[in-house]
Amino acid sequence: MPVDPQELNNDRSQEWRSELRSRLSAKERSGLPRVKMPERAPMERILGFMEVNTGLSEEMAVQESRRCLDCSTPSCISGCPVNINIPGFIKRIEKKDFLAAARKLKETNALPAVCGRVCPQETQCEATCVYQKMKKPPVAIGYLERFASDCERLTGTISIPKIEKKKSTRIAAIGSGPASLTFAGQMAKFGYQVTVFEALHELAGVLSYGIPEFRLPKSIVRSEISYLEALGVTFERNVIVGKTLTIDDMKKQGFQGFFIGSGAGLPKFMHIPGENSIGVYSSNEYLTRVNLMKAYQFPQYDTPIVRGKRVAVIGGGNTAMDSVRTAVRLGADKAMIVYRRSEQEMPARIEEVHHAKEEGVEFLTLTNPTEYFADESGRVRQMKVQKMGLGAADDSGRKRPVPIPGSEYLIDVDTVVVGVGTDPNPLIPRTIKGLEVTKWGTIVVNEETMQTALPEIFAGGDIVRGGATVILAMGDGKKAAESLDAYLLGKFPGR
Amino acid sequence: MNRIVTKEFLSENVAKLIVEAPQVAQKQNPGQFVIVRTDEKGERIPLTIADADKKNGTITLIIQRVGTSSHKISSLKPGDFLHDVSGPLGRPTHIEKVGTVLACGGGVGIAPLYPIARALKDAGNKLITVLGARNRELLILENEMTAFSDEVIVMTDDGSYGRKGLITVGIEEVLKREPVHLAVAIGPAVMMKFVALLTKRYNVPTIASLNTIMVDGTGMCGACRVSVGGKTRFVCVDGPEFDAHQIDYDEMMKRLNTYKEEEKISYDGYLKTLS
Repeated sequence: MPVDPQELNNDRSQEWRSELRSRLSAKERSGLPRVKMPERAPMERILGFMEVNTGLSEEMAVQESRRCLDCSTPSCISGCPVNINIPGFIKRIEKKDFLAAARKLKETNALPAVCGRVCPQETQCEATCVYQKMKKPPVAIGYLERFASDCERLTGTISIPKIEKKKSTRIAAIGSGPASLTFAGQMAKFGYQVTVFEALHELAGVLSYGIPEFRLPKSIVRSEISYLEALGVTFERNVIVGKTLTIDDMKKQGFQGFFIGSGAGLPKFMHIPGENSIGVYSSNEYLTRVNLMKAYQFPQYDTPIVRGKRVAVIGGGNTAMDSVRTAVRLGADKAMIVYRRSEQEMPARIEEVHHAKEEGVEFLTLTNPTEYFADESGRVRQMKVQKMGLGAADDSGRKRPVPIPGSEYLIDVDTVVVGVGTDPNPLIPRTIKGLEVTKWGTIVVNEETMQTALPEIFAGGDIVRGGATVILAMGDGKKAAESLDAYLLGKFPGR
Repeated sequence: MNRIVTKEFLSENVAKLIVEAPQVAQKQNPGQFVIVRTDEKGERIPLTIADADKKNGTITLIIQRVGTSSHKISSLKPGDFLHDVSGPLGRPTHIEKVGTVLACGGGVGIAPLYPIARALKDAGNKLITVLGARNRELLILENEMTAFSDEVIVMTDDGSYGRKGLITVGIEEVLKREPVHLAVAIGPAVMMKFVALLTKRYNVPTIASLNTIMVDGTGMCGACRVSVGGKTRFVCVDGPEFDAHQIDYDEMMKRLNTYKEEEKISYDGYLKTLS
């Protein structure tokens, strides 16, 4: 997505910013140490679901913002899928105008409090920060993003960016996860009448059912939703598009543009013997019971969950880390990650792996389950695992795990969570005629515009990518909104 | 929020509710279900759509009181609300004229059987209905089923009504007597298991509709998974109906007991709040 260099430059050339730059030399700035995120002690946090990272103090945030060199061509922005004006918001923190920093963020990002918490900044904006070239730790952009948006939320007055002239055109977003929410926010800013349709009783998709409270408090998600409501977005829960309502029904209701952001909600299983034993969960089910249905508060809430004492989580991604850390909080004596490659290949964020280890999680790497054994009531009691070696690199560029013959052994378990990935939900693609779908079930789009084979339908997030990150989904939502706007205004370049 | 229009008890523990759900009423077909949540702290539970009225925008739900959620729902009064109703979910029953159809319903399973049997009759099939219940008091929807069935056989475990014996006795009588082209079995898992074993002996294609534990009902969680013909299938999106001869009923029955202890804790606690 193009960033307007003129706009960036205008913002940077303001007098206050030049003055700010002159206060400290680049050498002084780069000599400052990177801030450390304050966090709850492991022994305290595993007793409940309170947020682990507690956020920067004002003093820490201002100090960290001084590290940013306010580069004339900021390389960090190119690492951000939604192209936030990063130095722009950071310098407003340095100026101690925190609300202005939050407003700057919201010009390009509808969910900054979420992104500040769950984005993998270390592989995005912070990876392209100029400090990398200087072999120094990058500016803590994510922490600062979180700080600014939290400041705004705590004041209780949420700023609403300028909305273009109201249009009568009705737009539908299907699914209410990060891709759809970003799309909806952007379209609302363009002045469209946007309705978001969600299949579940709760909004925000993976932000609600997937990411645990200790990493992303639901109160923050709710506040980001109320911001979108303030922008004029309407939400309809319990509507399963394709079942309750079809695209044709929606067209009859006057909807003229569509965005599909229905996610990759289908759990993958490994199809090994014993996998249907009681106590073997998909990570989706495990996390949904806890996060969406509040099973950790059973019996105050009606939804139960098996509170395992010996829990094995299969997989090495963020979902696996979320699951295993949830198991710790549900009272597991032994919580294990079982991952078929080595720690180096783990797709999870380093921070999550680090937090999991602090919380006592054991890592069984180069290990893969081959069978589960249940007792006579059907409850899982043991798992057979096999040691793995690493062979040549595969398509993903990671070394391929190769089973070591004769290395099998048994581990006692009473709960297993299978977190080896998800597939796109076929419900919507299946019910829209003419939509082009890959053999993996993802929707085919023009990558520049996010337009599908049907001109008025756009798509983004995991239903297109098959399993990626919150921020990439958001980038898609934003891009799709810009394209759909151009399409509806007749300015669209076409496919 | 979905308003309850009417509520009545069909037997001591089985309630019938007519609920406002206009979009679901429009779209539903026999064999489909909804996910219901009673209140903010409630579970998401699947309930078969027993009937629908498109004109009035209502659906009929029939529920047996066995635990916290079903007790909460069956205690609702007209004018009360269900917090959430979403659907219609699952694949509709494949309805076609095949000749003679045997509709076998056990206990509260007669409720989901009702719309399917009626649709099969409307498609031009000869419909023989066999209903089973523990006793006369627990038999539901007999008049409704009789209204369109060509023949109705009622079996009760204690002989308090109809004939004494398990449902399979009544079914086998028909199978011995005349050619049957399709059987539909809905009821407790153990009943479906034995009906399937029986119809298999007579080579009668049989479908069973399963009611497993679910959370989202849209294919997201896999709580409802069952083994059918050795393959794992999701009841919510691949079902709820499957070839009754291929289902691993023993595994399904075990999985239905996953939360037996928790269900008791929850229900005992709930009953205490009532007294």
